[in-house]
Amino acid sequence: RTQRPHAGALRSPRPRPSIPPTAARGTHPRRSYGPAHPSRAAMPTANVRAAQPSADRRLSTLVRHLLPSSPRTSAATATSADSSLQPFPTMASPSVFAGIAQGPEDPILGVTVAYNKDPSPVKVNLGVGAYRTEEGKPMVLNVVRRAEQMLIQNESRVKEYLPITGLADFNKLSAKLIFGADSPAIQENRVATVQCLSGTGSLRVGGEFLARHYHERTIYIPQPTWGNHPKVFTLAGLTARSYRYYDPATRGLDFQGLLEDLSSAPSGAIVLLHACAHNPTGVDPTLEQWEQIRQLMRSKALLPFFDSAYQGFASGSLDKDAQSVRMFVADGGELLMAQSYAKNMGLYGERVGALSIVCGSADIAVKVESQLKLVIRPMYSNPPLHGASIVATILKDSAMFDEWTLELKAMADRIISMREQLFNALKIRETPGDWSHIIKQIGMFTFTGLNSDQVAFMRQEYHIYMTSDGRISMAGLSSRTVPHLADAIHAAVTKLK
Amino acid sequence: MQNTGHITMALAVDASRFEGVPMAPPDPILGVSEAFKADTSDLKLNLGVGAYRTEELQPAVLNVVKKAEKLMLEKGENKEYLPIEGFAAFNKATADLLLGADNPVIKQGRVATLQSLSGTGSLRLAAAFIQRYFPDAKVLISSPTWGNHKNIFNDARVPWSEYRYYDPKTVGLDFEGMIADIQAAPEGSFVLLHGCAHNPTGIDPTPEQWEKLADVIEEKKHMPFFDVAYQGFASGSLDEDASSVRLFVKRGLEVFVAQSYSKNLGLYAERIGAINVICSAPEVADRVKSQLKRLARPMYSNPPIHGAKIVANVVGDPTMFGEWKEEMEQMAGRIKNVRQKLYDSLTEKDQSGKDWSFILSQIGMFSFTGLNRPQSDNMTDKWHIYMTKDGRISLAGLNLAKCEYLADAIIDSFHNVN
Repeated sequence: RTQRPHAGALRSPRPRPSIPPTAARGTHPRRSYGPAHPSRAAMPTANVRAAQPSADRRLSTLVRHLLPSSPRTSAATATSADSSLQPFPTMASPSVFAGIAQGPEDPILGVTVAYNKDPSPVKVNLGVGAYRTEEGKPMVLNVVRRAEQMLIQNESRVKEYLPITGLADFNKLSAKLIFGADSPAIQENRVATVQCLSGTGSLRVGGEFLARHYHERTIYIPQPTWGNHPKVFTLAGLTARSYRYYDPATRGLDFQGLLEDLSSAPSGAIVLLHACAHNPTGVDPTLEQWEQIRQLMRSKALLPFFDSAYQGFASGSLDKDAQSVRMFVADGGELLMAQSYAKNMGLYGERVGALSIVCGSADIAVKVESQLKLVIRPMYSNPPLHGASIVATILKDSAMFDEWTLELKAMADRIISMREQLFNALKIRETPGDWSHIIKQIGMFTFTGLNSDQVAFMRQEYHIYMTSDGRISMAGLSSRTVPHLADAIHAAVTKLK
Repeated sequence: MQNTGHITMALAVDASRFEGVPMAPPDPILGVSEAFKADTSDLKLNLGVGAYRTEELQPAVLNVVKKAEKLMLEKGENKEYLPIEGFAAFNKATADLLLGADNPVIKQGRVATLQSLSGTGSLRLAAAFIQRYFPDAKVLISSPTWGNHKNIFNDARVPWSEYRYYDPKTVGLDFEGMIADIQAAPEGSFVLLHGCAHNPTGIDPTPEQWEKLADVIEEKKHMPFFDVAYQGFASGSLDEDASSVRLFVKRGLEVFVAQSYSKNLGLYAERIGAINVICSAPEVADRVKSQLKRLARPMYSNPPIHGAKIVANVVGDPTMFGEWKEEMEQMAGRIKNVRQKLYDSLTEKDQSGKDWSFILSQIGMFSFTGLNRPQSDNMTDKWHIYMTKDGRISLAGLNLAKCEYLADAIIDSFHNVN
């Protein structure tokens, strides 16, 4: 008997398999797959860039002035000191990336980048919508810390792959949260819910699903909307068009324009709706207006795609902030719903959200879910566990759930208080203009009505950071910084028009 | 608003817009675990998905991971959004691990790294980048390869074709076929290579073969694109398992590398990995990074913190890093033991004289048994052994106690079916 090779032999040179003659085979690769490429005259995002107002380009220029002039300073200092480094090895050919341009900073996240670089002690970041305490600090909810502690101290927990659709408990609880525990759609098993990467991921997966399975490829998004919306849907394979929404004259809703634009949309078109606390304007339809929107949309078979990033954060009440959505579900119709826990549970960086599709029947919901899995698997296989576990832990425990609602209300109340304080501060300064929209608008953001010149001025002279569309995050304000902001606004509107 | 259940609102649309949506087939890999769960037999064995199991066939969280999480809990850090490119300390750690902290390309700032959603997410970002900036290029993938590779490139609309890899006659590498196919491909193709522990075959090129591959790839101006999902897990050594990547980088080539910490740190569900692009110059790396960010933002905005912090904490602390290496060696060692026992059982029980030594020469979590579809079905239907239909078994799901049963099943399926 020959000696059996030992597993240790794995490390030593392995016996080479004898290579059979390959004469019988051709030398060409066996199979080829090439979907016909649509002619790509312009990159998808080129359209978005062209659509950006010149203000953004001016803003980018301004930002560049704030950045250190020499790139790669760390690399430079590293190489100068180390004599053992080789020069660049000889390249076989020049870089294949030679033609790739530097991409601009994301307009929203780029604000924080610029803010971080500013050395001024009076700087205020009103850019990205992340909640800050009265002390200006980021906050992790107490109930979230507790849930996390429970999870981490549980010795029996594992980190096995979640199913493609995510954590089952989380999905069920999320659907109940937004649609209501007694929702007929849930009771009839007509809701397909998949855990996704926060709001963005839910929107993207929903968009990809529609691009593949829905007969209409156009999605109508409100003008204005969150800057990332058009990019998400375009890359998902849909065409984004806008419907009128914000009326700068009234700093309120252009309801007539909205109805007209949705009326003239092709039957079956998809319509993006902000469930509450519209971003960036803070302007929401009233319930009566929602009802009119619902009737119009159903009469034209327009497909609602709700983006709910602020449930509970807008008014302080989870149910109240879900009314618009539930109204649409109650009529028995179909819709998509992208849910985020970034703000209302402060889970920003954990990327927790869910996409729900309310379908006509339970059978259809099963099929829809199976197709959602085909979208997700080649994108990231399955979603991250940690944040979803925290959410599920809180939602399923009634004491923790109650604690959450209290903390949520406290955040919402603080924001409302900032609105009042800012409004009063402008009144005291007799700042020209009607600033009542500050207290009328809802949610984390205020659409100030400041123009991009004024925004740039406030950044340069007062070190106040906001997006160039004049949107400020009230969550980034405190009693301490309100006076500074009021001064800045006052100066901007009196000095620049 | 109360749900009155009796609402006088007409105009709800009755017909579903999704009536025509067909039922999708279950995922060939992840679907195996679902089927396994549904099986009530005592004898059932899950050799489907590549998730590590202990000798007791239980999932396990690495001790060093538990330690890191407790540490993170104590630190009480916030949960703010990461930048689009991810957690800086993680990005530094992951590039250092892959290339070696002293690697000139790192010191020269030539590596663009984005934290991404494990291996899949890294591959998908790279695919999206290829589609946008190299619209005429094709990706060459091994035959066979991980099933999801094709889905990723299909969804990203990147054309692909296969190069020969697995030779069923030898249950080994068809190196000549591989070289020929890569050579025949149009110049500037992206060649997807498994850094180590090829999935599903477990068959890796030798160092000499890697050199030859680098020659051909360089000559054809192809772009090497490594999928590194098992660094440290294949041989037990982080450096050894990265040697193929480092070989290409040392030559001065520009290289794409997708990394995953699912297996080597057992962080499966936390979705932690990175896409790295080693470029010819630092300003190139900056531009490439900026464009990768523009692809990530409309996909998920920014990546999840938890897994990234775990990796950064483990790699950043010398004690924990040492502990990690030990635990990884143990995992790799258990798999080698199981390979040995399986080989011994097969050789003892099989009277046909078939050469089962490929079980020992294959490396990593998987073994390509050479069983065909009906034979794999027999494994499941008759023996309650769950595996993927391409004949791949995950040795991570096997223990010493089950080796004999598995050997019986393999011998039966091989000889008595089809």
